[in-house]
Amino acid sequence: MSDIPLAEEQLLRSRQLVSPGVWAGFLATLRRDTIIAFRHRGEMMNPLVFFLMVITMVPLGISPERIILATLAPGMIWVVALLATLLSLDSLFRSDFEDGTLEQLLMSPQPLYFQVLAKVAVHWLVTGLPLTLMAPLLGVMLSLPAAGFVPLCYTLLLGTASLSLIGAIGAALTVALRKGGLLLSLVIMPLYVPVLIFGASAVNNGIEGFPIGGQLAVLGAFLAMAIVLAPMAAAGALRIGING
Amino acid sequence: MAWQWFHRLGSPRWFYEKTGPWMPWLAVLSAVLLISGAVWGLAFAPADMKQGNSYRIIYIHVPAAFLALAGYYIMAISGAIGLIWKMKLADMVMKSAAPIGAVLTFVALVTGAIWGKPTWGTWWVWDARITSMLILFFLYLGVIALQEAYQHQDTANKASAILALVGTVNIPIIYKSVDWWYTLHQPATIKFTSESTIHPSMLYPLLTMVIGFYCFYALVLLLRTRSEVLEREKKTRWVQDLARQG
Repeated sequence: MSDIPLAEEQLLRSRQLVSPGVWAGFLATLRRDTIIAFRHRGEMMNPLVFFLMVITMVPLGISPERIILATLAPGMIWVVALLATLLSLDSLFRSDFEDGTLEQLLMSPQPLYFQVLAKVAVHWLVTGLPLTLMAPLLGVMLSLPAAGFVPLCYTLLLGTASLSLIGAIGAALTVALRKGGLLLSLVIMPLYVPVLIFGASAVNNGIEGFPIGGQLAVLGAFLAMAIVLAPMAAAGALRIGING
Repeated sequence: MAWQWFHRLGSPRWFYEKTGPWMPWLAVLSAVLLISGAVWGLAFAPADMKQGNSYRIIYIHVPAAFLALAGYYIMAISGAIGLIWKMKLADMVMKSAAPIGAVLTFVALVTGAIWGKPTWGTWWVWDARITSMLILFFLYLGVIALQEAYQHQDTANKASAILALVGTVNIPIIYKSVDWWYTLHQPATIKFTSESTIHPSMLYPLLTMVIGFYCFYALVLLLRTRSEVLEREKKTRWVQDLARQG
């Protein structure tokens, strides 16, 4: 660096001959989106409140019997976590689309893949991770058997990340539509089936005293595949949504 | 030279004119196959030892289920061709294939339910294959809904092509995980009669029906694509000339 004079380096930067690296671009978006998320704390709370409210409806609608609730708990918590993620996904690209930030991202020399990955990472940090942390509390409310708590947290930790990644494809496909919210759910929900099956069955296995390593490995494999493929599909969908 | 036909497919007009003469042949072929297969299967094939006559719905159920799955791949592959080579015709085929596939999936589900009532004593069972078919139906509905939601035709095509491709990656995963889920929740009362042991006297009418369904599918797909071609090219000279000829 020192052998290039400062003025010359600035000139090169201004002509974008020296553009910031991929990692720097990734971190910049990560930082920006985290700041924006924390400035809208109310919005951040919404999926969590939704999670809590729907879980409260379960004993009211079905039965407050401990035995019945305990059999329902793993699946119910998983389904509601899935719905809470879906509801929060609509805003993933929405505000950036409306104020033109997304167009700037598309025009920037940064690969869109890593930009999308950064956005999804922030989405998971502000929804998936809090949902996971809140799940044990809801487990207590639904009298989840003690052996189910650790599997529940592990599977939600791995699973919600996949949910955010897969959901990003739907969010990108519907971002250009004025009323994309419901459509997003319709389009994405069938794709969530495998994650739900393995997540909920791991918790059930844990309660019955069986090992859950297999399910966790499969969930991990889903996550690995989603990290590789989902941002790519979402980036393609964003290009289509914006360029028409 | 060998690829000329592929490039020609880029022209909707060439496609329209080329497929025109095929239509009557395809219609006659599928009518002959479907009628003979249905009469053969419903009237002449022997009754099943355990299920009696109720098994005969297989002659509609199985071909519809075959094509429901094949139709998804036809839709996804033409979507991919449209995305990669920007071929207008492929987009039209994809758009036409989605509702046909959804209807066939629905037919497979309904005939399955009708078949289930006399054999299992219930309309609906959360069996692995039924559940996978239901999810396939949802995937079709998603593609159709996305296609309908966009005002701009080109954007609609590209967006639903991406969704169809994402679904293609997921279909094997969904099938495997539903299979796996089913082995966990296996209900004890229900057993499928295994299909590989089907007697030839039942198998041949079934094969006739399957081929007939494929021909019928091709016919409907071509019909829908041809009308889509006319709809989208209605401002061009050749379509207007065609309309004037009556």
